Formats: sequence, structure tokens, C-alpha cells
Amino acid sequence: MMVLVKNRLARFSMGQLTILILMLSIFVVIMVLPILSLFTRAFQDNAGEFVGFSNFRAYFENPSLLRSLWNTIDVSLTTTVFSVVFGFLFAYGVTRTNIRFKRFFRYMVLIPIFIPTIAHAVGLISLFGRQGIITGLGFEIELFGRLGIILSHVIFTLPQAFLMFYVSLEYADGRLHEAAESMGVKPLMQVIKITLPEVKYTFINTMFVCFTLAFTDFGAPVVIGGGYSVLATDLFVQITGLFNFNMGAVVGTLLLAPAVLAFVINRITNTANMGAMSAKSTKLVIKKNTLRDVLFFIFCSIIILCFLTLVAGLAIRAFTTFFPFDTSLTMANFQFSTTTGGIGSFFNSMQMSLLTAVIGTAFVFIYAYMAEKIESFGFLRKIAKLFSLIPMALPGMVIGVGYILFFNNPGNPFNFAFGTIGILVVANILSFFSVPFLTATGALKKLDKEFESVSDSMNVPRWKLFLRVTVPLSFPAVLETFMYYFVSSMVTISALVFLYTPAFRVASIAISHMHAEGVFAQAAAMSLLILLINVAVRLIYELTNIFYKQREKRRQA
Amino acid sequence: MLNLKNNWKMKIISLFILAAVGVMMLVGCGDNNGQSDDPLSGTITVYTAIENVLAGRLVETFEERYPNITVNLVRDSTGVITSRLIAEANNPQADVVWGTAASSLMVLEDMGMLEPFAPTGLERILPLFRSDLNPPTWVGITAWETAFIINIPELEALGLSVDDIRCYEDLLRPELQGNIIMPNPASSGTGFLTVVGLLELYGRDGGGWDFMENLHLNIQDYIHSGAGPANMAAAGETVIGISFGFPGISRLQEGAPVAVVFPEAGSGWDMEANALIRKDDIHPAARTFLNWAISDEAMAIYNEAFPIIATGEGGSYYGFENQNPVDQLIGKDFVWIATNRESILAEWERRFGG
Repeated sequence: MMVLVKNRLARFSMGQLTILILMLSIFVVIMVLPILSLFTRAFQDNAGEFVGFSNFRAYFENPSLLRSLWNTIDVSLTTTVFSVVFGFLFAYGVTRTNIRFKRFFRYMVLIPIFIPTIAHAVGLISLFGRQGIITGLGFEIELFGRLGIILSHVIFTLPQAFLMFYVSLEYADGRLHEAAESMGVKPLMQVIKITLPEVKYTFINTMFVCFTLAFTDFGAPVVIGGGYSVLATDLFVQITGLFNFNMGAVVGTLLLAPAVLAFVINRITNTANMGAMSAKSTKLVIKKNTLRDVLFFIFCSIIILCFLTLVAGLAIRAFTTFFPFDTSLTMANFQFSTTTGGIGSFFNSMQMSLLTAVIGTAFVFIYAYMAEKIESFGFLRKIAKLFSLIPMALPGMVIGVGYILFFNNPGNPFNFAFGTIGILVVANILSFFSVPFLTATGALKKLDKEFESVSDSMNVPRWKLFLRVTVPLSFPAVLETFMYYFVSSMVTISALVFLYTPAFRVASIAISHMHAEGVFAQAAAMSLLILLINVAVRLIYELTNIFYKQREKRRQA
Repeated sequence: MLNLKNNWKMKIISLFILAAVGVMMLVGCGDNNGQSDDPLSGTITVYTAIENVLAGRLVETFEERYPNITVNLVRDSTGVITSRLIAEANNPQADVVWGTAASSLMVLEDMGMLEPFAPTGLERILPLFRSDLNPPTWVGITAWETAFIINIPELEALGLSVDDIRCYEDLLRPELQGNIIMPNPASSGTGFLTVVGLLELYGRDGGGWDFMENLHLNIQDYIHSGAGPANMAAAGETVIGISFGFPGISRLQEGAPVAVVFPEAGSGWDMEANALIRKDDIHPAARTFLNWAISDEAMAIYNEAFPIIATGEGGSYYGFENQNPVDQLIGKDFVWIATNRESILAEWERRFGG
């Protein structure tokens, strides 16, 4: 008997080991090597000679660095506080209160991630700029600079914070609240003592996602930040202004700091016991509380109103001849000039995003399963987890330049991929890996470990378990990941700017060109088209989800 | 639980995989870039910083004349185009770099990335507009120059009229405090040429910087784009945008209430230039393109958007009613600029950096 068990373990382990190593190798090729080919330049001079840390010393001696560093921490922390608090409150509102139009709120809060970040800036300017609607009402703010960056970042990260909180708040165990109720614990104390600990893991993850996204984003600072310098604009200036790849690499390595910190903290918090869904969980009954509902309704409405005005700002520009000087209605802005890629770039974007979503989702789930649900190979799995957090901290520019340096080398066996849509897809899969990975891990953590033990003892191979049980049970998270990849790939710019080829242009790049050349009306029109397709995909997602849930209900009945 | 037949889910998953494989195969049949010896046919890749609208028209005209040559155009800002070229240095993807700042091409030249080439008709190009080498490593086509883009209603709201803003000193008027936007010279070619222009005009060692210190008092913001200040002035987000002529005149023609002023004392400027990329198998059609790119036909099209072309001819232009646009360019020492670029930017950053 002993021998049998040992054999079985050994057999399973070989298969698992192969897949784990395969996953890690993929990451080495698509992330570690390209990034290293840029980052090693941090230790070289212009002639390629090794110079140790002297570039770092030069950078740290520059007084503007400390300012950029402090500015970056300042805007990232402020963004994190607002996004985490607002995201949590919004998610709480649509899951744990009795407000009306929950579904409406839940869909609308995602608007900002459906449109390119440049469109956020355009929207903010039409509200808070010198000619802005809100400015016109007598409410003036200093938009360009720190405040503009923070507003842009909050708009962009709030939906992401919401999504993460929503997933974890939706699965609640009613029993705890019932028990607290019967013991006379006040509602507010229930939130503090039960709800917050329930979402503790999500809280920490969300904080790091928001912080890192704000820390490394260069879109908002470049478009709306004015002269307010942050590390990401330093990177932008070093690479595309001074063409100094060595210093660019120095800044790039500094940008990795939050991800490394996240990994360390993740290691510490992860040891704590995770609340998995137990078979005994009961559905949470939301109590009646009019004051609470009114407050949450007002809060959610204000957030949505802000987001809708962004879209309105776009629509005004897209459907008028030349806002604000000629406001006659027109559809002409939807006839995109072919020089920027025309309407073809829109279909290219769809093709690229679909590919990214399909391959990316499969990759993320297998990867997350290997990192989360395997018992052995602790060391390799730790590396896998470290890898998983780094993409979030890589600015697109680092990925773009790193990919050129690595894949464009004629001696590289993967050179064939350079200059194809494939390299764009891989860049996207890497750029957006971290958030879906956290979603997938969260979903997998909620699955009982019993499945694995049962399947092992019944001699069912793990891949069968994965396909037949794990994936179907985490189907909402699979769809969520698919959605996230699709939507993000539709709107992304930064890595692609270095990698797209003339034969395959994408819509988001076209928008940035239109914006740079002052053709705001076409930029707005193209943004609306992207919004439209993203909403359509979201609708398909929701319908599939509803279909799935009814299916589950029928099965349980 | 283990025996559930999740058929429909399996179907969806297989459908995804099938779709992925299908698209992958489509992608696999990419174009093959067979090299030919024929200067009149084939496909060439051209990197350019020329504005989309203009670049598109030019390529169309070229392809009409040479129907068997296909031009693949990569268009982006000067900064992105240059850093892409540098990153690709090991295995250049571009055959030609076209209409990109000469200051950028000098960086590429230093890295040995440019192949000297004398295009047909080179003798028509003013000496100022080509590299000193023979054959030249780069050849200029147009110049762009500092211009003030002024939002007329916003300026009048401050109690000033367009006639009050004729030269750089006028930008120091106290009414304009916090009402001028200028590009950051470290990230924008237009910003850099403006700073260099001021140094040439008021003195490289002290006067130029003193002037910028005074100007700084009126600056609303320094931004990371050269055309940005023009667009912001057109949208009323600032009163005066220090930018260059093309975006200002484009916004004016589209109906924005702006005036475009080229400062009387002269403008800082840079030129857009062309070069052949050095690589193992240079496509002969690349030379055909470079010949055409300084032909009269091409120059006439550049001239519609840029008052100053490299042959020095030119018609009458908005903002240049009383003078030949070429005379408005401040004398410029490219060697001094190239060798001092880093120290100029460091000094600017020390004084005015965010």
C-alpha cells in the first residue's frame, strides 16, 4: 500500500512539474529576458561598458529625482486611498444594501475601463478645464498637474478596485451575520468585525493594484500632468526625449519597487487562514435600513454621474463639427482619415483583443492553478507567484522597448514573432497579467481543497479535475478574466506604440495620434466606438453569466 | 459532482480554442519580405514624424508615380520614432527615416545608423539644410519654427489685443501671468528649439536664461508635447501657446478663434530631414523614395503646410506677409547645439523642472 501511494505521488508530480516548468519558461521568455535586456543597460554606459551602479548614483544625485519620487508616492498614495475607499463603498452598495438599480450601477461603474485613458483626460478637461462645464458654474480647480493626475488615476483604478471587492463581497457567509445579529451586535460593528476581515485579502491586493497602477502609469501625467514630474514621466523623458536607454533602465528598475514590496507583504498575509466557501454557508439576508440605502444610493449615483459626464464630454465632441466653436451636429467625425489607420484599425483592435483574451485567459488559469492548487514544489511556486506580480509594475514603455531589444535580435529563436500581431498579443497578455491572476487566485482559493484530495485518491488526473470541476466552478472568474483582457487590450497604448507594424495598426494608437494632432473630434468618435464594442462584449458576458446561473439553479433543484 | 457533464461549457471552451487556433493560422500567413534588385518595385518601410494627414497625401502621390512600390508607413512623434529606431539598431526594421527632426538624425548618425546617400537633385538644397558630409548622411526637407498661438477672445478678456503680442518681450507683460503654456524641452523637439532660439537671441551664457526666468513667471505650465500648447490655446485652455506654425494654422483653418504669430526678432527652429538606414541589404526602392522625397513634386506638397522648404523657395504665407520666411530663422550653430544638448537640458531642468 505504501508503495502504491508513493508511486502515484511520483507520477502526478512528474506531470505537474513539467507543466509548472513550462509555465515558468513562458514567463522567462515573455518577461524576464526582454526586461533584462533593457535593465542590464542600467549598469552600462553609452558605449555598452559595465559601469556598476554609477548610473544609479548619477540619478540619485540629481535633485529632480527626489522630487519625482516624492510626487509619485504622493499621487499614488492619494489615488489608492480614494479608489480603495470608493471602490469598497460602491461594491458594498451593490452587494450588501437594498438600493434600487443595482444592476445598472454595477454595469455603469465599469465605463472608465471601457474607454482609452486619453478619453478620461479629454472628459476631465471638458468638465474642469478653463472652458469646462463645471468651471463655468463657478467651481474652479487647478486641473493640470497633481490634481488632474489624481483624478485621472482614481477614475481609472476605481472600477478595478470595485471589481475586486465585488467578487469577494458577493460570496458572503450569512451565518456569521445571523450569529452577530442574535448576539445584538450593532450593524456598523458587524461591518468592522465581520465584513472587513472577510475581505481583508482583497483589501490588501486592491491597495497594491491601485498603488502600482498609479505608480507606473505615464498616460495621465503626460496628457494632463503638465509640469508635475513623476517617475513615469522621467522614464518617458529619458527614453523618448533624451534617448538615454541607460537612465531609462535605471528609472524602470525603481518602478519595480512596489511590486517587490507587494510580493513580500503577500507572502506574510498569505500564511493567514483564508475563508473558503464552505458547503455550510448560507445566503446572506440583507436587513432593511432606509438611511443606509439612501446614503448608498446617493453615493453610487454621484459616482455614476461623474462617469457619465465623461462619456457626454466625448459625445459632444464626436457628434459636433468643431466643439466648442461650431456645434452643428454631424456624423462626419466617424469617417476616419485612412492615414491614421482608418476604420480598419478598429477591426484590427478587435482581432488582437479577442486573441489576447482567449489565449490570456487560458494561460492565467493554468498558471494560477499551478501556483495555487499544487502541494509540492514550493520553491518553484514561490517564483511563479513573484513573477505574477511583476507585470503590473512594468510600464508599457519598458515592455515595448524590452521586446524590441530582445525579440528583434536576429539571433533570437523567437525573432519570427517580431513584427507580427503575435508580439502585440503577447505584450498585452503580459501587461495585464497581474489583475486576472489575482482574480483567478481568489476564485481558486474559494474552492474546497477536498476536490484535489478526492480526485487524487480516486486516481483522476489533475488536468481532468481542472477541466471538469475547477474551470466550471470558477466560470464567473473565467469570464471576468476574458472580459478584462479584451477590454484592456482594446484601450491600451503604451507598449504597442513601440511594436505595432504599418500593416497592422490598432485603434488605441490611432486615438493617441488623433489626440496629438489635435483632431479631437475623431479621437472622441473612435473612443465611442471602442466603448460601444466593450459594452457589447460586457452584455454578452452578463447574458452568459445569467444563463450559467440559471443552469446551476436548475441543476441544484 | 465529479461526474457532471459540463458539455456546454466544454463546448464554449473548445470554441475559444478553435477560434484562437484559426486566427493564429491567419496570422501565420504573414507577408514575406523578399528583397529585389529593382528600384521600381517592392515594399519599403518608412518611419516618419510628419503629421498623418500630410504624410498620407505624400505617400499616395508617391505610389501613384511608382505604382509597383508599396510604402509601409510607421508614423509617430519624433521621440517615439527616434527611440524605436535606436532600440531596433541591431536589426533595423526601417529602410528610410523621413521627415524627422535633424537633431534626432544627428543622434542616429553618431550611432552609425545612417548610410550616406546623395539623392538626385541634392544641388537644389540650401547648404544649411544638409549634413556636412559628402555624400550627406541626412538631407533636410522643411523647417519648423517657434510660433505663438493666441486665443483671441481670451487675450481680449485680459485687456490686450493681438497687436500687443509681436515678439518675445511681449510675453513678459504682467497681464499674461499664468496664461502661457510652453512645451518641455526634454520631451519635445519644439520645446528644445524654442529654448535654443532664446539662448541664441539673448545670449548663451546669461541673457537667454535670464529671459526664461522672467518668462517663467508668466508660464501656466510646461507640457510634454510640441503641438499641445497650440491645441490648448485653440481650445481656450490657455491664452498663449508657444508651439509651432503647423498646428496653429491648422486649428485656425478649422475655425478656432486663434491668431498665429511668428515672433518679429526671429524664431528658434529645427528641420525635418530624410536619411537612408544602414543595413546589410538596402532595398533599391528606398533610394527611389529618397530621390522623390526632395523632388519638386514633394516639395510643393510640403510647402502647402510649411512656409520654409529646404530649397529656400516659397510663396506668400500667413504670418509672413512682409518677409521671406527663411529670413525669420535665427542663425543656428548645429554643432554647438549637438555638443551642448545635454547640458542645456540639465540647466533647464535645474531651473524650471517640475
